[in-house]
Amino acid sequence: MLSIRNLSKTFSSAGEPVHVLRGVDLDLKAGERVALTGESGSGKSTLLHLIAGLDAADGGTIRLEDTEVTKLSDAGRASLRRDRIGLVFQQFNLIPSLSVADNLMFQARIAGRYDTAWYKELIERLGLGSLLKRYPEQLSGGQQQRVAIGRALATKPSLLLADEPTGNLDEATAEDVLALTRDLVRRTGCGFLMVTHSLHLAATLDRHVNLHAGRIA
Amino acid sequence: MRRALWVLAVLLSHWRRHKMQFATLLIGLIAATALWSGVQAINQQARNAYDRAAATFGGARTPMLVAPDNATFPQDLFVKLRRAGWPVSPVLEGRVQVNGRSVRLLGIEPVTLPVDVGNAPRLGAADLSSFVAPPGQTLVARETLTDLQEQEGAAPPTSSGAKLPPLRVLPQLVPDVLVVDIGVAQQLLNKPDQISRLLIGKAKGKPAPLASVVGDQLQRVEPNAETELERLTDSFHLNLTAFGLLSFFVGLFIVNSAVGLAFEQRLPMLRTLRACGASARLVNTVLVIELVALALIAGLIGLACGYFIAAALLPDVAASLRGLYGAQIPGQLSLRPEWWLAGIGISIAGALVAAATSLMKAVRMPVLATAQRRAWQQRQRRWLILQSLAACAVFAVALLLLQYGQSLIAGFGVLAALMFGAALILPAFLELILLIGQRFARRPLALWFWADSRQQLSGLSLALMALLLALAVNVGVSTMVETFSRTFIGWLNGRLAADVYISASDNAKGVAIRNWLKERGDVQAILSGGRAEAQVQGQPVELLGLPDHALYRERWPLLEAAPRAWTQLIPGNAAFISEQLSRRLNVRVGDVVEVPAPGGTWELDIVGIYADYGNPKGQLAVNVAALIRQFPQTPQTRIGLIVAKENIHGLIAALQKQFALDDRSVADQATVKAESIRIFNRTFAVTSALNAFTLGVAGIALLTSLLTLANSRLPQLAPLWAIGITRPRLAAIELTKTLSVALFTSLLAVPLGLLVAWCLIAIVNVKAFGWRLPFHVFPLQLVELVAVALFASLLAALLPMIRLARMQPASLVKVFANER
Repeated sequence: MLSIRNLSKTFSSAGEPVHVLRGVDLDLKAGERVALTGESGSGKSTLLHLIAGLDAADGGTIRLEDTEVTKLSDAGRASLRRDRIGLVFQQFNLIPSLSVADNLMFQARIAGRYDTAWYKELIERLGLGSLLKRYPEQLSGGQQQRVAIGRALATKPSLLLADEPTGNLDEATAEDVLALTRDLVRRTGCGFLMVTHSLHLAATLDRHVNLHAGRIA
Repeated sequence: MRRALWVLAVLLSHWRRHKMQFATLLIGLIAATALWSGVQAINQQARNAYDRAAATFGGARTPMLVAPDNATFPQDLFVKLRRAGWPVSPVLEGRVQVNGRSVRLLGIEPVTLPVDVGNAPRLGAADLSSFVAPPGQTLVARETLTDLQEQEGAAPPTSSGAKLPPLRVLPQLVPDVLVVDIGVAQQLLNKPDQISRLLIGKAKGKPAPLASVVGDQLQRVEPNAETELERLTDSFHLNLTAFGLLSFFVGLFIVNSAVGLAFEQRLPMLRTLRACGASARLVNTVLVIELVALALIAGLIGLACGYFIAAALLPDVAASLRGLYGAQIPGQLSLRPEWWLAGIGISIAGALVAAATSLMKAVRMPVLATAQRRAWQQRQRRWLILQSLAACAVFAVALLLLQYGQSLIAGFGVLAALMFGAALILPAFLELILLIGQRFARRPLALWFWADSRQQLSGLSLALMALLLALAVNVGVSTMVETFSRTFIGWLNGRLAADVYISASDNAKGVAIRNWLKERGDVQAILSGGRAEAQVQGQPVELLGLPDHALYRERWPLLEAAPRAWTQLIPGNAAFISEQLSRRLNVRVGDVVEVPAPGGTWELDIVGIYADYGNPKGQLAVNVAALIRQFPQTPQTRIGLIVAKENIHGLIAALQKQFALDDRSVADQATVKAESIRIFNRTFAVTSALNAFTLGVAGIALLTSLLTLANSRLPQLAPLWAIGITRPRLAAIELTKTLSVALFTSLLAVPLGLLVAWCLIAIVNVKAFGWRLPFHVFPLQLVELVAVALFASLLAALLPMIRLARMQPASLVKVFANER
């Protein structure tokens, strides 16, 4: 479903080139759940951003199902994210001016993929029923991350990308949130790629790959 | 000291990384200082001119003796008084025409002139002999010399043919005045042995009582602290000051916004400084020093800009003051050191006021306080309620002032309260509109559009308040000017009844012209008028002689009239009174006014009130024959003619050929009307310029707010981009949001502006000028102003939007980076 070949990315820092990714190869099957680990600055987040089309690669290819992401225009990448990718971040990145209910259905409705039954199921599974009228600032970290996961999965994406989704949560909450995510991913059948520092959490997924010196070790 | 410098260096490092914020802060301070100082410079220039006018060889600043009827009196009285120990000095005043221009002529006696009177000491002993000894000198201001198109040393003739003594420039002399020795003046004005007034100097002993020397032939007039001109122009300067103050506050809005954001962004830095051992007192002191230093730099730049603004506006202001009040203001700017010091002071005070809230927060901040970026703007609900309550209180004050205030200051108070209240209630009004929009929104982006606009409101509200005030002032002043313009043109059409106007240089020429005209078949009617001057209840009054002709009955516009008013005018014991004089004297139709005339008191029944826009003097219109009977010295030099349209140009050409009249001495109705309208338009040119300035500053306030907000908006916008909304689309949405709130603000500004216009027309104009105009609304003008406001908002929003549309994904991705 996801196929990455020879992917490279270089940044410039204080005038010096920093080669973050140096020919990454990675495959992900439909429904497969993969943990991506690596030390700080190893390029985990960059790889995730490139897959999501948030940034453009310098070389190599990324193919999601039948679409070559690296050949898409800015608008094409936006469309890809809207329709086929779900994104979850460490900082939650909810829309502060919208209520929980509106945040949850936001992406699905923009993508024209709003499904009432699925929406209700998500609310139930995520335990957000009593929080729908609240605003992000009125929620705890764990609650905010559950809303973010719900928003990302509301479109029933092909691929869920999560960048340290439990980084801001305590251990118990982190495990609860990840369990919920695994459960929902299984329910939707989408692929799941999660960046994490925690080897313990990485071990709970189907596969674990490590990024080291810009390459999959 | 070294520790303080380190702290300062750390604080200043913030600006290096936030250049736009720094520019915003400076722009705000510069704009505030420039516009305020510019207006103050103009006011100071005008007041200096009034002082000069008042002090010119015994104006209203010197005690004097005058005849009870204000007419001239024999020179013998001067001799009698000097012999009785009175330190008096004679002055003769009149008008002469030089090169077709009417100028005030003052004849003085320099030897007896009191030393504390105006420019007398500047003459000096050496100059005295050349001033007095033949051929003498004509002292003149440089501006007047230019106006007369003469060179220093020239001796131009007056219209009577007599030559003036050679012209000599006296720089401190007021414009539009020629000063000669009194003997020369008596010859030029054909008033041998006559004087207009006696200036009183400081007596060494106690002179004999006045009545015992001259009986009741003269009366003493005490000096006024405030001259008539100052009193008349007070409202104009108050108006200018209000504009300056408005711009100043708009500038401070910008500063407040920039300092507030900088403070929030520097909170972690302040916390770290405190944690590293810098005392709260040291940090706070350095914060104030930093602000004062920035205000000093911006203040100096602002003063330079203020100077240029004042220099650019001064010709228009001078034209306005000349048109409205007959005040002569030199067109060249000269400033006192106080102006520079006051400008710097206002810049520093303004910066401290604008930063007060942030500084107070810094003072109270605990060491371990967590940084809450823009958290102060999030607590908006409580503020909205408090602001709305404050607005209601301010509106109540406006109502009270409207109900019970009688003065011009109260009128301006109503205006100020209305605008302040409206500015306070604006955020609540916008919040309500956006809330309604959010309630009715169904599509997700529309929902976000309204919800996010609400959240953004607190960051934009100060700039939107500035826009509201600027636009309301624009709507108010433009409506007032347009109302005035239409009323003035309608009034002019009625007042300019004759087809051709002639102004003869003297009576003899007037008689000759009239006789010549009587022989011509193309002249349907000759309408001879006349003007005289008198004092009524201490007010200078112009007496206007109107000929008895059907045309006047049909076209002369009367605001109020007794039955058969025009017929009552003919015998000569009735008058029409100008609107402003009727208000000043509190005289209505049916009342009687007593006019001191050379032959005794002239009692006039008031049978009508007429509008007399643009005339600073009060006026009484009487039958011209009666006027000449009562004031035999009235010059009969003004002639109006009724002529068939096709004969006008031929007649004017014949008149010019026959009597060597120039274009200023004979003109057709269309030319006179065009000239009046040109003067009218120039009178209000300064208003248009200030309107544009105020709107421009509001536009800058909006731009700077949007630019400062732009960076803090990224965390709100990046998630939307991440879930598939393109940058250009996001930019378009942001632009629509800004334009929407600007539109709602403009829609509130329209009724507010109309209320301002009503206040100006119904309260301020009546108190300031004595004119009450009909209130009109000009929908097209309102649409234009709203369009201009939206265009200004579009320009302000464009730069941040272009930046957003072109923003590199890397900048947006940073929002999601875990190691920011």
